[in-house]
Formats: sequence, structure tokens, C-alpha cells
Amino acid sequence: MDAILLQTLNGLDKGSAYALIALGLTLIFGTLGVVNFAHGALFMMGAFCAVTFNKLLTLSTITLDPEKKDFLGNPLQVRTPYIEDWLGPELGAAIIDWSVPLAILFAIPVMIIIGLVMERGLIKYFYKRPHADQILVTFGLAIVLQEIIKFYYGANPIPTPAPSAFAGSFDFGALIGMDPGTIIYPYWRLVYFAFALLVIVAVFVFLRFTTFGMVVRAGMADRETVGLLGINIDKRFTIMFAIAACVAGLAGVMYAPINSPNYHMGMDFLVLSFVVVVVGGMGSLAGAVLAGFLLGILESFASMTQVLDVLPGINQIIIYLVAIVVLLTRPRGLMGRKGVMED
Amino acid sequence: MLKLDSKDTRLFLIVIAMTLLAPFILNPFPEGSNLAQFNAGYPDLMQRFVIFGIFAIGFNLLFGLTGYLSFGHAAFLGVGSYASIWMMKLLTVNVIPAMFASVIVSGLFALVVGYVCLRRSGIYFSILTLAFAQMSFALAYSVLTPLTGGETGLQLKAADPRILDFGAAEGSIGRASFFGIDMRASMELPVGSWLFTLNFGYYLAAFVMLIAFYVSIRIFRSPFGMMLRAVKSNQNRLNYTGVSTKPYTLAVFVISGMYAGLAGGLLVAMDTQVGPERMFWTASGEVVLMTILGGAGTLIGPVLGAGFIKYMENIVSKINSKTLEAWFGFLPDGLEDALITIVYPFVGKGWHLTLGIMFMLVVIFLPGGLVEGGKRIGGWLTGKGRKSKTDGGQEATASTPAE
Repeated sequence: MDAILLQTLNGLDKGSAYALIALGLTLIFGTLGVVNFAHGALFMMGAFCAVTFNKLLTLSTITLDPEKKDFLGNPLQVRTPYIEDWLGPELGAAIIDWSVPLAILFAIPVMIIIGLVMERGLIKYFYKRPHADQILVTFGLAIVLQEIIKFYYGANPIPTPAPSAFAGSFDFGALIGMDPGTIIYPYWRLVYFAFALLVIVAVFVFLRFTTFGMVVRAGMADRETVGLLGINIDKRFTIMFAIAACVAGLAGVMYAPINSPNYHMGMDFLVLSFVVVVVGGMGSLAGAVLAGFLLGILESFASMTQVLDVLPGINQIIIYLVAIVVLLTRPRGLMGRKGVMED
Repeated sequence: MLKLDSKDTRLFLIVIAMTLLAPFILNPFPEGSNLAQFNAGYPDLMQRFVIFGIFAIGFNLLFGLTGYLSFGHAAFLGVGSYASIWMMKLLTVNVIPAMFASVIVSGLFALVVGYVCLRRSGIYFSILTLAFAQMSFALAYSVLTPLTGGETGLQLKAADPRILDFGAAEGSIGRASFFGIDMRASMELPVGSWLFTLNFGYYLAAFVMLIAFYVSIRIFRSPFGMMLRAVKSNQNRLNYTGVSTKPYTLAVFVISGMYAGLAGGLLVAMDTQVGPERMFWTASGEVVLMTILGGAGTLIGPVLGAGFIKYMENIVSKINSKTLEAWFGFLPDGLEDALITIVYPFVGKGWHLTLGIMFMLVVIFLPGGLVEGGKRIGGWLTGKGRKSKTDGGQEATASTPAE
């Protein structure tokens, strides 16, 4: 029982990331009808927003302290971040410690701008082109974004720690009345899961309960009619693209402490997220979220030693295997709508 | 000639001449000169040109003719490589059985994968092929280690049985050969300050590529090829007229997989080692890039694209800041520094950036790839741009209906 619970929990963080990326992909596909292969790159850019924000906060003045010596016997270099100078050492240190959650505030405008520029500058011209062209041009864009990040940040992963309050693990089992020590779970993963839920709920609420969301949903159902009613649907879809970029970016920001960001993390997630979207059903938001969590948890179950003893290597291929089975038995995915991608 | 019409014959002859003379054409700069690093006429790189040419020709048969975008073609390349190295380990270091094995095994694998994947089209097909390729990669990397050597891959070893190599000295590591001629056998030909290397392995690979190219021309011009183009232009209409498209698409998928396997086998023949990274999805992406960059659906495009990308990979990635300083050294200091700062991100380690940008530009502005670019420039130079364009249009509409 606790093994099952433990694996479910372990699957949640990856599942959350898949769900968030797949949600953005589906939003873009449902609104603009564009298959965005650069979505993984947006996730990666989000993670690097966290890195950049952390670097900005820790910009420091370097002073030489002649009284202390470093291990070579030279005067010790003391680094004082500007922010500690300005706001006092305690508040400054606290802000630096909390840089990852605070990076959300930094990432939202950045990702929205990136999304708007991408849509107006490139995607706009690909509405009417075949899906293959869309895949290819966004694939090229993904390479370009990835290489730019690599040029400025190097090829190595950059550790970006979570706030010290959330570092380490806690005894999840004891919380729900199990024997202490059965389920030890890192704090940050739980935070990530909660954050993902929050973002997902926010997106759904936005689409369901605001006028803007209503218009967007109407546009997804019948773009032409909405246009004929005198609504500038293109503009709203562009904003939706920016929101989707933002969702991917936020997923990346919060993922930075779980896995140190490197320039190709986006591509690794992209391939899986596409599988997730297809399993969930192209064009179905709920399907994307559901399939994201489902596949994340399945992957985690497949890496249990008991399972691996019976089916070695299954953890590596389970997602693809599920995708193949689902696509062949339910061509529209778990919750796919009729008439999407069936030209 | 060879049942080709005059236009195709001319193209084929040009390709033959280019591949045969490649060691000379690709070495235009004298040894030791400043520009010698742009020479591509060394065996290793030329072999890659033709081998990836074969890979791209095969991919183009599938994508260019039917429009099915496979994102998992590297799996067939990898399977072909493994088949071929096992042949060399178990039977003989002669490359001919190894090549046959790679073609047959990858063909069978493509039959299985294609049978499943071709039930869907469009992006679903892309994802399915991607899923299969990633699965092959993951399996080769982990569970199938006894068969694939896992992360380290497979090499020829002294302990290999090689039951057909009777004369081989006990305990010697085999070297790939063609009935006794070593793949690495080269003849160096100094002419003045130029040095040309004629490598046996290259000529063998080139010969195979010419055959592959000829077969691809014949497929393009056959009724079968016409049928595949009909699939691309409107599969629904074909289905409504009572034609089952599955046998055609499956056949071309298998052929395409065999081409990839052949390329994998040749890679092993030139350099006797295999690793699972050859099947990673970026490798599949690379062949897509090659085909699109060169011109999908054209005969010569994929070969050009493969050559272009492999050339860039080897040559542009070798340029470093020292070379740049040497080039721009004649400029005033400020200007020199500025130019180097601008150019530096695009060369050396950053050559992928150049590749990505170029690829995007091609997809956006030149969907026909380098071939279309060449045609446009040609038409522009001769002032026949407008006329040839309408000709092309008529030709295209004339050839669309399936007969």
C-alpha cells in the first residue's frame, strides 16, 4: 500500500511538468491550429528565467578583506550582493534564498513578451501552411533558442536551489497516520505539484468564467463565426499563445530546483509532452492534463524494482508503449474531440 | 540510357561525375594555405557525405513522395548498424554480407514498425514513429545490452569468432575489408601543392550511393511513384475511388527503412563501431533537416542537403576565435573586435545555431530547399524566371492526377 502511494507521489512532479507543458501545447493547437515544436524550448527558457533572476540578485561587489586569508594565503575576497547592501543583509539574504519562487514574477512578463514576439513574428505566417511545415519551422526555432541559451549559459547544468525552508524532505507517511519513515518525500516536489494544480485551475477558471475565456472557447469551436460576429479573434488567440508560453515558462521556473536547468532539458520534455498530448487527445485540455499526470505516475510505477524484475527496462519505454496502444485503439486519444486533426 | 529519359540521364551522369571526382572537387585549396581548412576532400568526411546521402535519399522517398513525416528514421539506421557489426563479428569482416544483413534486418524492422504506424497519418504518424525510435533507443541503451553493448556500444574485438575468415591470424582484431581490400586503403596523389586522397572505402560507398540514387530515380518515375504522389496530394480521394493506399505506403516505408539500414551498414563498414546514440531522436531530426534543406520531393535535393549539413558540421565547427582573428586581422582593431564578436556565436561550437537559423529561413522562404533556390537564381540570371515558373506550374498540375 505505502509502496503504491510512494510511487504515485513520485510520479506527481514529473506528471505535473508533463501536464503543464501539454496544457500549453493543447491551448496553442486548439486556438491557432499550430503544432508547436518549440514549446519545450519555452519550458527551458522558463527554467533559465529562474537562473537569470538568481544571477541578477547575486550580482555582488567584491571587496578584499586583508584580515582573512583564503587557502592560498591571499587576502580573502568578500562578495556582497548589491541587494544586501541596499536592503540590509537579512532581508537581502532572504530574497536571494527565495529567488526561485520570486522568479515567477520575473518570468511572467518575460515569457509573455517572448510568446507575443514568437506569435507575431513567426507563427502568424504559418496558420495556413501544412502541419509538417509548422513542425519544421518550430523545430528550427527550438534549435535556435536552445543554442542561444547554450552560448550564454554554457552546456553544463546550473544548480538553482529551492528556498532553504523547502530544502530537504519530510515524513509524509507520518502526516497521514502511517508508521514514521515509510514515505519520505521532498518538500519541493509537493510545492511543485501544488503550484501546477494552481496554474491548471487558474487556466481552466480563466477559460470558463471570464468573458475573454468564453470568446476564446467559442473561437476554438468555430473561428469563422466568431470572426463574423465582429470579434477580433486573432488578437485573442495571440494572447492565448502568450498565456500558453507563460504556462510552459512557469512550469520551467519551478522545475529548476528539481533538475538543474541545462540547455537541452526542453527537448527531453518536448518529446514526452507530445506523446502526452496525443494520448490525452489532440485539442482536449482536460485530456492533456489527465494524460500528463497519468503517464507521469505510470512511469514512476514502472521504475519500481518489483516491476523491473519482471519486465526489465520497462520504465524506459512505458510512455511510448502506452502511446502506441492508445493511438491504435483510440485514435483520438483518451478525450479527443471529433474533427480535430482529421483532415 | 538505363531506361532513364534524357533529363534524368543527364542528372545521373552529373551525379556520377561529381561523386567520382569528389576527392578533387572538394579539395580546391592547396595544402598548407590559409583556406586549407575548408577542404572537405578527406576520406572520413567524403564517406559521410555519401552515406548520409543514402540515408536522406531513403527518407525523401517516404517524405518527399507520400508526405508522411517520420520522426524516427534513425532507428532503422541504428538497427542496420547493429545487424552489420554482428555479421562482421560472427561471420566475416567482408563488408558485403554485413551490408546485406543490415538491409534485410532493417527492412524487416521497418515492416513491423510501418505496419503499426501507417494506421495513422499526419502528426499521429510522426509521434508513432518517434515513439518507436525512442523505444529502440531506450532498449538498446538498457535491456538489450547483451545484444547492443549498451552505452559503450559494439566494436570488433580480437575474440570475435568470425567463422568464415579462415586465414585470419588468431587473436587479431579484424578490419573491415572488401574481399581482402582494406576499407582504409588510400592512395595519396600529390599534384603541385595539392594533395588528393583517393580512398577505397569512399569509392565503395559512392558506388553504393549511385546504385541507391539510380533506384530512387526509377521509383520517382514509376507508376508506383505516381501512386505515392497521389497519396500525398489527396489520400481521401484515392480511398473513395476504391484504391487501398496501405500497400503502397507500407512498401515505400520498408524501402525507405532499407535505405536507412544500408546507410547504417555502410557507417559500420567505414568505422567498425556502433553506439545507441545513433538512434536518438536528434539523429532522426538531422535527416529531416537534410532532406528539407536540400529540397524534399526532388531527386538531388536530399544528397545536396546531406552534403551541406555534414560539410557545415565538420568545417564550420572547426573555426575558432584564432581563425577569426587571422581572417579579420587586416581590419582596424575596433572593427575587427566587433566583427569577431558578431560572428563568433555562429561558428565553432555554435554551428548548430547557424544550422537552426538557416533551416528556419529555408522553411519560411524557400519551401523547396536549396534546389528551389538554385532554380530561382538560375531563372533570375537567365531572365527566364517568370517563364520557367509557369512551366513548372503546368508540369505540376499535369502530373498531379493519378493515372
